[in-house]
Amino acid sequence: MEAVSHTEVVSHTASPPELLRVRDLTVEYRTDSGTAVAVEGLSFDVAEGQTLGIVGESGSGKSAASMAIMGLLPRSARVTGSIRFRGRELLSLADSELREIRGRRIAVIFQDALAALNPMMTVGAQIAEAVRVHDPSTSRASLVERATELLDVVGIPSPATRLGQYPHEFSGGMRQRVMIAMGIANEPDILIADEPTTALDVTVQAQVLDVIRRVQERTRTSVMLITHDLGVVAGLADRVMVMYAGRKVEEGPVEPVFYEPSHPYTRGLLAALPRIDRRTARLTQIPGRPPQPGERPAGCPFQPRCPHAEPAVCGDAGTVPVAVADSHSTACVRVHEIGGDR
Amino acid sequence: MSVQRAPVGPVAETASARRDLSGRRIVAKRFLRHRLAAAGTVALLALATCCFGASWIAPYPRNAQDLLTGARQPSIAHWLGTDDLGRDYLSEVLYAGQVSLSIGLCVAVLSTALGTLVGAIAGFTGGWAEEVIMRVTDLFLIVPGIAVLALALEGLGPSPVTIVLVLTGLGWTVIARVVRSQVISLREKEFVEAARVIGASGVRIITRHLLPNLVGVIAVNMSLAVAGAIILESTLSFLGFGIQPPQSSWGNLLTQAASLVGTPKAYLLYAPGAAILLTVLAVNFVGDGLRDAFDPQGRK
Amino acid sequence: MLRFVIRRLVYSVPVVAAASLILFWGVRSTFDPLAKLRQGHDAGALRREVARLGLDRPVLEQYVLWMKAFATGGWGTSTRTGGDVRAMIGSALATTVQLVFWGVLLATVLALGIGVYSAVRQYSAGDYVLTALSYLGIAMPAFWCGLILIQLLAVWPKERFGLAEPPLYFVGLHSPGRSGFDMDYLRHLALPVITLTISLIASWSRFSRASMLEALSSDYVRTARAKGVPSRQIFVRHALRNSLASFVTVVALDSAILFGGLVVTEQIYAIPGMGRLFLASMLAGDVFVLIPWMLIVALATVLFNLAADLGYALLDPRVVLR
Repeated sequence: MEAVSHTEVVSHTASPPELLRVRDLTVEYRTDSGTAVAVEGLSFDVAEGQTLGIVGESGSGKSAASMAIMGLLPRSARVTGSIRFRGRELLSLADSELREIRGRRIAVIFQDALAALNPMMTVGAQIAEAVRVHDPSTSRASLVERATELLDVVGIPSPATRLGQYPHEFSGGMRQRVMIAMGIANEPDILIADEPTTALDVTVQAQVLDVIRRVQERTRTSVMLITHDLGVVAGLADRVMVMYAGRKVEEGPVEPVFYEPSHPYTRGLLAALPRIDRRTARLTQIPGRPPQPGERPAGCPFQPRCPHAEPAVCGDAGTVPVAVADSHSTACVRVHEIGGDR
Repeated sequence: MSVQRAPVGPVAETASARRDLSGRRIVAKRFLRHRLAAAGTVALLALATCCFGASWIAPYPRNAQDLLTGARQPSIAHWLGTDDLGRDYLSEVLYAGQVSLSIGLCVAVLSTALGTLVGAIAGFTGGWAEEVIMRVTDLFLIVPGIAVLALALEGLGPSPVTIVLVLTGLGWTVIARVVRSQVISLREKEFVEAARVIGASGVRIITRHLLPNLVGVIAVNMSLAVAGAIILESTLSFLGFGIQPPQSSWGNLLTQAASLVGTPKAYLLYAPGAAILLTVLAVNFVGDGLRDAFDPQGRK
Repeated sequence: MLRFVIRRLVYSVPVVAAASLILFWGVRSTFDPLAKLRQGHDAGALRREVARLGLDRPVLEQYVLWMKAFATGGWGTSTRTGGDVRAMIGSALATTVQLVFWGVLLATVLALGIGVYSAVRQYSAGDYVLTALSYLGIAMPAFWCGLILIQLLAVWPKERFGLAEPPLYFVGLHSPGRSGFDMDYLRHLALPVITLTISLIASWSRFSRASMLEALSSDYVRTARAKGVPSRQIFVRHALRNSLASFVTVVALDSAILFGGLVVTEQIYAIPGMGRLFLASMLAGDVFVLIPWMLIVALATVLFNLAADLGYALLDPRVVLR
């Protein structure tokens, strides 16, 4: 499988100190009809204070990867590889040790806030729980104070009265702000935002993204922004990682990836975006659809849809990336052959 | 070359795919994979064969009395012993099963048919049928069923036919409610709208488009109705409103044995009850299997 | 909230009235209240009774007359015992309430415990055993179960260990001449309460297991895990709390049926409650007991249904009573 001898292997030493170091992460589900691979040989780093955008269609493995970091995958999932957080291997931690990290060092903002918030608990109680779990000695008064402050930070008006209300009494955007408040309650080192704006109206999306940006500026937390929306990444992320069918296909700083995409899939995605800065005759779309987990081809998973596919070469493609520039890498083994073809 | 593995099992099930022949095969496959349901089916078939084939299978003829023997504990000659009249209890239990199983089956079929019909009409047209169902179910909700049944049987007389009619009269509201709510949600679906647009008649829409989609619900309900009817019949017999001697059902045998609690003849208590238990258990397993087979998402 | 209660009660009036009218008609056309008198060949007495009870008037008019008397407390006398119907039903109700109270209490606690355990330890050996037992409990006819329990817990130990008295009694709620809450009461209470709770525990624990599992697989439980909340707290504060509202509703709705539905249990253990009163009155054609009996039971059901809705609204902040 991993026979990529003729290409150089990118070293993963990013310049800022790295906080999270994921190596060769593989997530498999055992189902009735065999093993489904959700994530395959995924490696990436998250640096201190950095925002990493993870882009992919649904089923590309981006959410499974983030849930693997939190140790929140269902029991049927088998996780291999390595996830090091500040040098600690998360995959070998016991659940009780992992609990110390969850919500305190690494927090998640989930997609559908209506379902992700407990309908029977007041918003204040849910935020207070996030704080108290990691610091049981906190007094009631300071819990209320902290929760009020957090709601204020994420821009919820009259936070003191909103504390006593239930999730269903909030609008979609306001609920997502509550999720963010809960996520940053313990000023985590990493905030995983899993499609934080998907379920929202466009105008509200912008507001919520703005809240995330402000929060990040305030707390200097690193953010893993998982989304299928390239626009969201462009506005918020420092680096971007593109995933397809469980694999990383391209990774690099936002500008080079957006302006000089090196993987045919990334190019396809960008070509499918409407642009106002450039006149395009028509929007192109990538033919076909992503393969089901059980029916992926050997080697590069994109080759059935790729205009540059060369079965003899692509069928052997592994998960080890090819460098195209400083800290910009691609999974396409034919990147140098197809280079100028845009 | 792309090495594609053949997709195993249903990849993307659509509403239309689920209705065609392969969909039916999937349902059958899922049902058989449900091991308890398969075991329940086998047990039911065995029970039914033994009871309805009692003339050939039962070790002794029906009502063969032997007053000299009287009540004897189970032995090689009489596996379940004999009762006061010296009758072989195994044979009696098998013959009594004919009545119990028939009542259960008849009530299930009749109440399901009536309930499905009224429920489908009510859900499809709304109006009077809907009012009737809701009001009647309201009535049945506030008075205890056992009292209504006892009163009705007291008035009509306890023959197997009246028992079936009375149990049906009480039982149809359950399935009617279920079918009604299903039809209401189905009638908004596109394929029903489409049928209406091309001018299909109400009857045709109900029989061609709605009922096939209700098969799962109906099958599950029917199995549960069998279980409910057998238990209710035995309970009514126990209270004195059910099958009367010399006719016998499992409930009726239990009633006669009830007075033997605390005496050496208490062994007569176990067989008819165990027969009821086994039947109801098997029917419930079949119901569970049907539910899972028709509704893979609804598995809890 | 108060408006909701009042409106619900007002709405239930026509349903209860319709039920009572149908029952009145059914009972009247099934039984002849003067059957005894007719055998006596005393034409004068018969005519006097017909006039006194208004039996010569149309059924609807009889119903209205009876309803008037019922509403003003004139419940009449039983043709079976000659006793005051109100007193008879009152004492029967008091007895049944004891069974319902202890039974529902026991069943709720056990069903909730079993359901939570089975959900938390899904697919463990314990879960399988409890699931199998609940299938048995649901499939077992109540009266057979009661008879077996007598044999197993009263008769057998008495004979096996040569006791003077069985460890658990199976007739009535008190030994003759005793009353109040004592050991004697508990020894009488045990078997009927077990009998009536077996099916309740079986079906309620299935329900509680299913709703716990649903809660445990929900997104908000995942959120709680992501916050670092320990499992035990997740089970109690998130999953159990969320599954409770629907559980309470089921308990209330099922309990409502028990007031008139304990016919079998009371019959087996000779407990003079509502069920036994119904059976005795039915067999004697005692209409003057049967009709108020039905009304009282229907009223209890209406009240418990109301309680179910109120309980749900109290437990689930999303529900607003209007």
